[in-house]
Amino acid sequence: MNSPTQDTLQVEHLCVNTADGKPILQDISFNIRAGETLCLVGESGSGKSVTSLATLGLLPKGALQVAGGRIVLDGEDVLHVSNGRLKALRGSRMAMIFQEPMTALNPVLSVGRQIDEVLQTHTDLGAAQRRAQVMNALEQVHLPDIERIHDAYPHQLSGGQRQRIMIAMALVLEPRLLIADEPTTALDVTTQQQILKLIRELQQKHGTAVLFITHDMGVVVDIADRVCVMRQGRIVEAGAVDAVLASPREDYTKSLLAAVPSLKPRAARREAQSAQVVLDVSELGKVYPPAGGSWRWFGKPREGTRAVHDVSFTLKRGRTLGIVGESGSGKSTVARCVMRLLAPSHGAIRVTGKEISELSAASLKPHRKRIQMIFQDPNRSLNPRITIGKSLIEGPMNHGVSHAEAWARGQQLLELVGLPADAIGRYPHQFSGGQRQRIAIARALAMEPDVIVADEAVSALDVSVQAQVLQLLDDIQQRMGVAILFITHDLRVAAQLCDDVLVMQHGQVIEYGPAAQVLADPRQPYTQQLMGAVSGKGWDFATGQRVQP
Amino acid sequence: MSKPVTLSLPAPRRRFVNLARVPLTSALALLVLVLIIAMAVFAPWVANHDPVALAPAFRLKPASAEFWLGTDAYGRDLFSRIVYGARISLTVGLGVTVLSILIGLPLGLLAGYFRRLDALLMRVMDGLMAIPGILLAIAIVSLSSAGVWTVMVAIMVPEIPQVVRLVRSRVLSTREEPYVEAAVLMGTSTFKILTRHLMPNTLAPLIVQGTYICASAILTEAILSFLGAGIGTEIPTWGNIIAEGRVYFQLKPSLVLWAGLALSLCILSINLLGDVARDALDPRMKKRGAA
Repeated sequence: MNSPTQDTLQVEHLCVNTADGKPILQDISFNIRAGETLCLVGESGSGKSVTSLATLGLLPKGALQVAGGRIVLDGEDVLHVSNGRLKALRGSRMAMIFQEPMTALNPVLSVGRQIDEVLQTHTDLGAAQRRAQVMNALEQVHLPDIERIHDAYPHQLSGGQRQRIMIAMALVLEPRLLIADEPTTALDVTTQQQILKLIRELQQKHGTAVLFITHDMGVVVDIADRVCVMRQGRIVEAGAVDAVLASPREDYTKSLLAAVPSLKPRAARREAQSAQVVLDVSELGKVYPPAGGSWRWFGKPREGTRAVHDVSFTLKRGRTLGIVGESGSGKSTVARCVMRLLAPSHGAIRVTGKEISELSAASLKPHRKRIQMIFQDPNRSLNPRITIGKSLIEGPMNHGVSHAEAWARGQQLLELVGLPADAIGRYPHQFSGGQRQRIAIARALAMEPDVIVADEAVSALDVSVQAQVLQLLDDIQQRMGVAILFITHDLRVAAQLCDDVLVMQHGQVIEYGPAAQVLADPRQPYTQQLMGAVSGKGWDFATGQRVQP
Repeated sequence: MSKPVTLSLPAPRRRFVNLARVPLTSALALLVLVLIIAMAVFAPWVANHDPVALAPAFRLKPASAEFWLGTDAYGRDLFSRIVYGARISLTVGLGVTVLSILIGLPLGLLAGYFRRLDALLMRVMDGLMAIPGILLAIAIVSLSSAGVWTVMVAIMVPEIPQVVRLVRSRVLSTREEPYVEAAVLMGTSTFKILTRHLMPNTLAPLIVQGTYICASAILTEAILSFLGAGIGTEIPTWGNIIAEGRVYFQLKPSLVLWAGLALSLCILSINLLGDVARDALDPRMKKRGAA
């Protein structure tokens, strides 16, 4: 057994190239001691995940290959052991948990069976002993009712429970090294906080070394002992977490830290008294019909699923309203009802005074113009087969603008969102994610709407790009006086952009009011709980200090 | 206002099949198919005899300089008959493919986009799929006169549900894409959404499916001719040649073999080219196949 001061994992001068010799990782060196957590942090494409795959010996064959360096796990060079030994090492000495537990678990085996399989492969224990160990592992990750969970299938569990199963599976053999690749990115904030706490707790119990990969500086604050900042396949800065965060040496680290939105709500903007109410939603409700219809031969009719119940808010010209909540809270359903992509079951939606909740598809068309949407995934929000110019002019031309006029306007809009006007003839795949999101914003603006609904519009973007797009939305709002309905799960983003905030849970409004009041001084326990779970709450990114609780 | 960002624009993507990387079998398939097509188009110049002229004096002659592949039981030149037979086979193959796509594509688009129509249309298609193709073809051909058109319609009907199902499934997944929803929000007409945003996504798998339809149509036509339910015996088709040669199989097996060889080569090469098209249009399938 190693003493706790010895390094569990040593990576020295690791270089990884693509098959045609393009360097992906250059000279990566770090070490992790037992019981320590090292965070690899960086934006997409920085090489974080390739580093973890190389450590596990899982680089895609034929596409990526190690060009130099050593990866030493407990004194054994992972790069120079046989495939059989590597297999034995994975699981027993090192284990991995992934971002998306649903795809990492086998959907047709019960979760107990899957944990059992790990033991079967790596140990000679009998069935009864294995079962005892599986139960012990399930108990350690604090799952309730472990007898039931043991026989459950992945789809019967929640996202947080599935991630706990993954952790149980990874830790059942008490590996020396745990690699966690964005394990909380797909989870809600409150669940994220619980999972991070669990990883910490188990790590302390077993003295596991943890290599934690994340793009979220907040998570770094919560879990890391030391941090390596990666960019374009290199480590640009490394050190103890407090030192790196408090006094970053590299400009890149500084810009990453500066891009983390502050939790402090924006200064209240003066509201013009005469400002027109452009969106007025009252007592909105949406019930999804039950599967198989509500009608039954015997007994009471089946009840539908109540996705949204009694939601009311108003939005004035030039203002931003944030709807925040965890997944399943009904915030996206509200957005889709407001856009009339869904027909609401109850309530009224007035866009610049005109009631649209019960209009038919045909009579809705003239009012579509008034309210436009920006979607979450920039890769899917533009038709990949037509040029962005055609996407930009489609809307205006549907409403009778001539081709030449719409084209000229499209070029102006591209410049407005910070892209060169002559890019109008290019295809979406020639732009980065952030640029595509700018184009999507330009497309929404082309309709000259009164309201823009942004559904998680910056969630898929890297933090620095996110900051730029948020800045752009703010600029555009000031110039054009458009109202923005901003749907997000990220309270930091909401604090940065929104004048008013509406908190939703289980399809109902929990708290609604000015951002300064709801976020800084929440009244409802649920809002307090949400605010308490925001990652990196313990660090003030503006001043670069730990916040003393 | 943020300053305009400089765009780093990658070189235009190559969207064509790189000929140097096409495997040998595919290149051979292409060559064979081109030869067969050339044979069919230039049949009057390629064939050195009239394919239907009866010459009892030259019955069942072996291969010679005059009759390259010998003659059949009526003294007709086998080579010329096979050359002319290619015309029928390719016409039927191409015709069935084009017709079934022309009919199936719009039906699939409508079924995928309109929920109500979907239920009705797909039940009709299920009904069509339940009918055995060859039986339906025999029934249609025996109800009307046997000509190229009747045979094409008979073969096409059972193929339509395949096209409709394929197009519908693509539309069902594409219509959930945000860019389609964005088009709805911009007030784009349903017709334009179908043709501009949904249809292009269905074309790649359709091209692949088309090659398989083409190959299977050629085969079905040959089967129908062989059974005597297809194009009349007076017209040389590969199926007719095999059917007539069958009687003399023990005496002169080459009558069946040469036409059979032409038929197999033609279908094989079309299928192989279909695989090439699939690999080029959907690279993910290729990786799966190679693994």
